[in-house]
Amino acid sequence: MNTFYSKWLGGKKGVIELAVLAAFIFIVLPLWLDIFRLNMVGKYLTYAFAAVGLVMVWGYGGILSLGQGVFFGIGGYCMAMFLKLEASDPVSTARQTTPGIPDFMDWNQVTSLPLFWEPFHSLIFTLIAVIVVPGVIAYVIGAAMFKRRVSGVYFSIITQAIAAILTILVVGQQGMTGGINGITDLKTLHGWNINSNSAKYILYYVNGALLLGVIVLCKYVLSSKFGRLLLAMRDKEDRVRFSGYDVANFKIFTFSLGAAISAIGGAMFTLQVGFMSPSLIGIVPSIEMVIFAAIGGRMSLVGAVYGTWLVNYGKTAFSESFPSLWLFLMGALFIGVVMLFPNGLAGLYNSYLKERLEKLVLKFKQSGLFKKLNPVKTELQNEQ
Amino acid sequence: MDGYSISELWSILVMQGFSGLSLFSVLLLMALGLAIIFGQMGVINMAHGEFMTIGAYTIYLFSKVTEQYFPSLMPYYFLVAIFAAFAIAFAVGYLVEYSLIRHLYKRPLDTLLATWGLSLIMQQIFRSVFGAREVSATLPDWLMGSWQPTPDIDIPLNGLFVMGISIAVTIAVVLFLYRSNWGLKVRATTQNRIMAGSVGINTKKVDRITFAVGCGIAGIAGASFTTIASTGPTSGSLYIVDTFLVVVFGGAGSIIGTVSSAFSIAQAQSILTFFLTNAMGKVVTLMTIIIILMMRPEGLFTSKVRK
Amino acid sequence: MSSKKPMVPSTDSCASAGLSMRKVALAVAGTLLFAAAGSALAATPPTSQVNTTHLAVTDNEIIVGQLHSSTGTMAISETGSIEAERLAIDQINASGGVLGRKIKIIQEDGASDWPTFAEKAKKLLEENHVAAIFGCWTSASRKAVLPVLERDNGLLYYPTFYEGLEQSKNVIYTGQEATQQVFAGLDWVAKTKHAKTFYLIGSDYIWPRTTMKLARKYIETVLHGKVVGEEYAALGSTGFGSTINKIRLKKPDVIYAAVVGGSNVSWFKQLKAAGITGKNHTLLTLSVTEDEVKGIGGENLTGFYSAMKYFQSLDTPRNKEFVKQFKAKFGADAPIGDVTQAAYEGPWIWKAAVEKAGSFDTDKVVKAEETGSISIDAPEGMVYLESNHHLKTRLRIGEWRSDGQADIVYTSDYIMPNPFPKGY
Repeated sequence: MNTFYSKWLGGKKGVIELAVLAAFIFIVLPLWLDIFRLNMVGKYLTYAFAAVGLVMVWGYGGILSLGQGVFFGIGGYCMAMFLKLEASDPVSTARQTTPGIPDFMDWNQVTSLPLFWEPFHSLIFTLIAVIVVPGVIAYVIGAAMFKRRVSGVYFSIITQAIAAILTILVVGQQGMTGGINGITDLKTLHGWNINSNSAKYILYYVNGALLLGVIVLCKYVLSSKFGRLLLAMRDKEDRVRFSGYDVANFKIFTFSLGAAISAIGGAMFTLQVGFMSPSLIGIVPSIEMVIFAAIGGRMSLVGAVYGTWLVNYGKTAFSESFPSLWLFLMGALFIGVVMLFPNGLAGLYNSYLKERLEKLVLKFKQSGLFKKLNPVKTELQNEQ
Repeated sequence: MDGYSISELWSILVMQGFSGLSLFSVLLLMALGLAIIFGQMGVINMAHGEFMTIGAYTIYLFSKVTEQYFPSLMPYYFLVAIFAAFAIAFAVGYLVEYSLIRHLYKRPLDTLLATWGLSLIMQQIFRSVFGAREVSATLPDWLMGSWQPTPDIDIPLNGLFVMGISIAVTIAVVLFLYRSNWGLKVRATTQNRIMAGSVGINTKKVDRITFAVGCGIAGIAGASFTTIASTGPTSGSLYIVDTFLVVVFGGAGSIIGTVSSAFSIAQAQSILTFFLTNAMGKVVTLMTIIIILMMRPEGLFTSKVRK
Repeated sequence: MSSKKPMVPSTDSCASAGLSMRKVALAVAGTLLFAAAGSALAATPPTSQVNTTHLAVTDNEIIVGQLHSSTGTMAISETGSIEAERLAIDQINASGGVLGRKIKIIQEDGASDWPTFAEKAKKLLEENHVAAIFGCWTSASRKAVLPVLERDNGLLYYPTFYEGLEQSKNVIYTGQEATQQVFAGLDWVAKTKHAKTFYLIGSDYIWPRTTMKLARKYIETVLHGKVVGEEYAALGSTGFGSTINKIRLKKPDVIYAAVVGGSNVSWFKQLKAAGITGKNHTLLTLSVTEDEVKGIGGENLTGFYSAMKYFQSLDTPRNKEFVKQFKAKFGADAPIGDVTQAAYEGPWIWKAAVEKAGSFDTDKVVKAEETGSISIDAPEGMVYLESNHHLKTRLRIGEWRSDGQADIVYTSDYIMPNPFPKGY
């Protein structure tokens, strides 16, 4: 129990952080927003997976990946392939030259299902693929790069080029991938209509729970010896290497972990939005994901979630109220955060709000009410 | 290849070679400005493409004004406009360095985020001022058409022109960096900022001029691209990935590296797109670059920089 | 090339249908002559009667959505559509609105990003309860919006010429589908230019690929010609040197092109620079309208041909009036391309359908549209909405002049829309 509390949840501070985030996602937002807006937030929160992954890779690992969209996209495409196969049963595609294959294949004169699509008939395989495929790809890329000590800006630009390559490939091979349109018109998951309102609610909560789960997992990784090494490596890579550790392996692991986390987000995106397109795997979305993490505070796992939410909320609100000016406001937001709050929302919280909040909490604790309400926890605190 | 005479095949070969050279000069022009900003200063300027767009719109403005008020000067405006493109992009770059970049030198990856925001703002400014539609500058007649050394060979004049500009700019950059007093200071600052400062070089001023020169060169690049490509609010963003790749592949901080990387990428892409499809040619080129970069992580040519 | 007199294409005996037909024609005429003419005719039925599905209708207002990219890479193309739809709606309002209600527009920015399109469409339908959406440009944005429309039973008026292979209950396609644009144009070029060999080039996405598939089949089986090369350029690519050299090598009679966006500008500038011009080569393109010419430069296009249903230079009184109104509102420089004109038709067709249905409810409007008896006197001439949600129109071939306008050298007969061509 104690290890779980301190390692997985990150002690008292961690528990409060998580509880506030959970309350925000599960209670505040659903009460505040109607289903349409809530579904939109659900979409934003799928990007938060990528941002959380970036906190691990960039914030703690010190590797800035400008290709996080690649993994988000692969996860999303895996899920989309499964859903598309389910939507392309011979009855509903009877109009096609070759019934039973996805509609875009038929438009591109593909007459039989490509081999790599076949396993995606199985949901179990798909769920495994969502995590494993991006993980393995990240492993290969990471192994090739980190073993050769490609680092810093070079790594960033290479990942950006990989994002460009994948986009060109997906767009170019449209008979197999749906091209620029992406894989669209996804309807059911094992017969369950993912477009109904109830499904949207359920998916939103599943998404939120997964997100919290991923954050807890990351906290555990960071609180282990591995996490401390990661930090040491980021600050003085050579010293860690001279101490006999294989730095490359740690980086590869972090990069693969970040990739797998982003991919979960991608899969949830497909489920909640109902399609997947190459516009989510390219360079622009990848940079946006970095911005989400930066605005949340690149060292803060929960901050990444708030950052993602805030930027996307801003994007939507600005573009609805000032259709022709919203890019100015977005641009200004990015510049402002980088210039004034380099540690993002988390930094803002730490330097301005934290002290005040702590004083408030202290006052509250000293009042008798708290002791009555929560005797066990107070004791625990006294022990520490 | 039945039914073609040797001379026809020869003509194609010549023209194909030229199209590779023409792509080479395009890549080189795009990359030179960035090679200075990124290579010498370590600033990741994501708004580099937008500085090119500034140059392109300058040409457009000059062409419209000349057409309207001084139609007799149409053959000559382009030459003046290119200098103006440099000057305007230089001035904007100077301002941007002063108000934004100089606060971020210690955090190079943050320059990426801030300049990304900057590029969004600049795109919106272009859109508000010039409209969302693409525009086209009226080019002087001497830039149009082709030169025919033999009846079968057409060498595009605008390609020759871009090539000329890129050679001129490369020579100017080399002279600036390696033969001028300023260049000395720039290199000193790049290699050891503190030492440079302690011998009396105003490193802040050096940074500002270096950044502005890089932006000015982007302006020239954008100006010459109006002869071969489109001008719209977002045209600059098309080039940014290629540009970074050229610089990184060549080895940051090395002008000769940038030149040779632009050359090899251009030739590879041009030849591959002739035999493969357009998209696959590009994919194979990018893959090759990445694989070579994995083997030589610091690029083709590395300059020794003390960190 | 005068527009034909309006004819009533259906044999519908229902009196009210006939009445609304006349009302439409009169309303259109009304805007041309004086704004007040229509309002006298438009009765104002009670809101409870015209709206049973919780749409944003009050006694004097009806809200519609407009969903295009005003930022991002597609803003270049979509601006014209935004303007045209605004003009049409302003004119409808000036003539008394629809069912006695003024149209109010809520504009959203799709930002050239397909998920954003889906999100904004959803917002328009679920939050603003708009009665219709005028919008989308690329096929990708339409595909992204489609599931939202079908789920929320919305109604989209889509202006772009596109690849076909689609017929949604919730979409009215005011642009041409591929068969309307391809076959007649190929017939014309084969006949007048005695063309036997063709080189096909397009941007790499669904519309050019589908179009070229149709073209290849038609060239090989109907025209008995030969396709000597088929190539697709990555979207946004600006280097065509190698492609142009391949074309020289193959020496086709006709270069058949569907290159889009920024690539289009590079493609034509580089063709001209390589000495391939209208003087020595025949080039027929499916993707150049007056909008694109502004970016490409008329001097780079002179003598090349476009296959479109509409050109700004169309010499009819109806079109001249339209061009005048458009320029008065958006400036003398504003070009009017094929898609812009098709976008202008959207609100008018919607108005005609609503008035025929006597209701704003999507199901009733669609039912009215599917009768096949709606037609409007558009700038391109009379167009007829067929029961398959596409328009029966003509195809025109324009030869570009250096001033950025086209001489119309050929006008086809009316072509039935056929989004699912058999045997292709």
